[in-house]
Amino acid sequence: MRFATVRDLETRSERMAAADAHVRRRVLVCSGTGCAAGGALDLYEKLVAQCRKVKLEVEVELAPCGEAKEPLYAAVTGCQGLCQMGPLVQILPDDILYTHVTPDKAKDVVAKTLVGGEVIEKLLYKDPESGKRISKRDEIPFYKGQRFIALEGCGRVQATSLDAYIARGGFSSLIKALGMKPEAVISEVEKSGLRGRGGGGFPTGRKWRSCVEAEGEERFVICNGDEGDPGAFMDCCIMEGDPFRVLEGMMIAAHAVGAKRGFIYVRHEYPRAVERLQKAIADCRETGLLGERILGSGLSFDVRLSRGGGAFVCGESTALMRSIEGNVGEPRAKYVRSVQKGLYDKPTVLNNVETFACVPAVIREGGEWLAKIGTKRSPGTKAFCLVGKVRNTGLIEVPMGTTLRSVIYGIGGGIIDGRPFKAVQTGGPSGGCLPESALDLPVDFDALIGAGSMMGSGGMIIMDDRTCMVDVAKYFLHFLLEESCGKCVPCREGIFQLHAMLEAMSTGRSQAGDLEKVRRLAEDIAASSLCGLGKSAPNPVLSTLRYFEAEYRAHIENHKCPAGVCRELTTFQIDKDKCTGCMVCVKACPPEAITGEKKKPHAIDEAKCTRCGACRTVCGYDAVQTR
Amino acid sequence: MTAARAEGNAKLAALIARHPAGDATDLVQLLQDIQEEFNYLPEDAIHAAAAHVCVPVTKAFSVATFYRAFSLKPRGKTIIKVCLGTTCHIRGAPVVVDDIRTGLGVGPGETTKDMAFTVEVVNCVGACALAPVVIAGSRYLANVKPGTITRLLGAK
Repeated sequence: MRFATVRDLETRSERMAAADAHVRRRVLVCSGTGCAAGGALDLYEKLVAQCRKVKLEVEVELAPCGEAKEPLYAAVTGCQGLCQMGPLVQILPDDILYTHVTPDKAKDVVAKTLVGGEVIEKLLYKDPESGKRISKRDEIPFYKGQRFIALEGCGRVQATSLDAYIARGGFSSLIKALGMKPEAVISEVEKSGLRGRGGGGFPTGRKWRSCVEAEGEERFVICNGDEGDPGAFMDCCIMEGDPFRVLEGMMIAAHAVGAKRGFIYVRHEYPRAVERLQKAIADCRETGLLGERILGSGLSFDVRLSRGGGAFVCGESTALMRSIEGNVGEPRAKYVRSVQKGLYDKPTVLNNVETFACVPAVIREGGEWLAKIGTKRSPGTKAFCLVGKVRNTGLIEVPMGTTLRSVIYGIGGGIIDGRPFKAVQTGGPSGGCLPESALDLPVDFDALIGAGSMMGSGGMIIMDDRTCMVDVAKYFLHFLLEESCGKCVPCREGIFQLHAMLEAMSTGRSQAGDLEKVRRLAEDIAASSLCGLGKSAPNPVLSTLRYFEAEYRAHIENHKCPAGVCRELTTFQIDKDKCTGCMVCVKACPPEAITGEKKKPHAIDEAKCTRCGACRTVCGYDAVQTR
Repeated sequence: MTAARAEGNAKLAALIARHPAGDATDLVQLLQDIQEEFNYLPEDAIHAAAAHVCVPVTKAFSVATFYRAFSLKPRGKTIIKVCLGTTCHIRGAPVVVDDIRTGLGVGPGETTKDMAFTVEVVNCVGACALAPVVIAGSRYLANVKPGTITRLLGAK
């Protein structure tokens, strides 16, 4: 099959759309990282095998079918969102979302639901408040208030099938864009107000225009899939769940700026994303969607995938380009921007995965459509990974302007075990921690920066009262210390010193006046580092200092860690009034420092205790306290 | 030359032949394939790779030592990756690292004497719902509780 013309592709799309409409029932198994780790792929195999065993005919690929046949279709999709409850299985059109479907449940799902037409109550989502079971996905609080643009296809279509993608209108935006002048495509993107979803928030349209205006014969389009922020896996989900959409976005960009070659740079920790993108690229080449004169148009474009080498700094655009060139990924000073001199010193457009995933929707619906969603200065939606001490961990997408509170308490369902909220960390190692008082801030690029954090690529890590902010700041500094490429002194030596100062605080070796030194050094690093990594490195320190100074003071002045995390400053003890003598902590204690009998209060032997906090984690009665 | 060595050389030659000669931009990808095959980057393989893509050996070493994904030392049969992403960190990953140190006697970047395990730490594997998470080979160990990791790894 090869699409020589637009008409060829349209014909195939129509046939596949008809096949898709003919599907009697579809079973969609989530293969997001969380679900896959929980055995989702094994579950899928078992579901299909079980169907065949009971002579239930099942299609595993969307195939053009005879009119009469209405198949049962079972497919693996990308992330469906609610990772906390994985593995997830959706059954349509019945509109059933099953949670915690471990592979051993395959037999039940086939026998009861697919054959018997019965809903298995105990696999449904259980509302923690009312205890009621909810069958329909969109009635689960987690999915309410979300709006999907970048994640439109993720979790809904078979991730690896070109036919499934075009059946749902895939590549129709490419067709539309090819019918437009490059200039018109750019102005549509400009009109949409789409800003870079990688964290910087630079207007995408303006970036494309600068690239076109830059001098040079050859131009490149690069997709940044080196999602390095810990606690962020949106781009991973998009690459795994809707790889063709990312390619379509890149093709539209290539048409707009006149590029012939493109690269996708993917983190090596994402083997499944690499595999699926490689398959998607191969499928596109085979069908002529990549290559010479795509769909008979003037666009010739090919994409190559580069696997990253596990260096965080390579998420920085200039370092990433050096890495694609086969060099060590060291950034350079941006006196000349990479849209003018980027890859091989040629004009280069670099956008991140989520940005490219938004592009087909912008072209399809028009720029003004996107501009009306979200806030005035940050139009559209943003995907986030809601993680940490939140009840519903998962992948979400919300309109810009949604408040942090409604994300954390509405979609996220609040804090695990009903503990008090302490902080939300956004923006990865370059971002900051915001306290309770900032919860009513709208999520948009400018509001978060104003509060001392940043949007970042989309990690949203929720912290409760048992998280120490000095420890969190130290964690990010340690992260950056390891990831600093070492090229410039402020970053290489400054972060090292800053980390040492926080280490001293968390081990009770700091003195009065250290706080001022920390603040001054942090500001110096921010002012004098070469690239974004160093410039933003002090953010976690500065933002926690801004909102949680008292906690720092407790470490320095009283040598206490109020959250009970810094081991040298913590002593655990058991509250005799609260302890029920359940023996759970006795069993959980790795150094066997807890003694006690059943139904009698337990006690911790301080000499043996390693302050790991295992007892506090497992205690269901809040009886383990810090002193 | 031992049989194993000869086999290794043949594999290396076949693997290198799949990459375009003289393409310096392919260096990182070539080294990745070598590491995938041998579990680490043997010294002579780095020399061969450098020669194949026409770059100085010093550059190949500079690349091999820059990226965290590469190892210049042979690694154990099972690679244990302890996720130290933010979520895993606040949900207790540091305790898991300590537990492994106590249980296996090796810390991050080290290999057990019997070459059974190499311990590595990674910054987020995107499985935050399972935090703290450890990946042993291809097995995901989810919600690892203090004091349990050695048993989960089947090392004791």
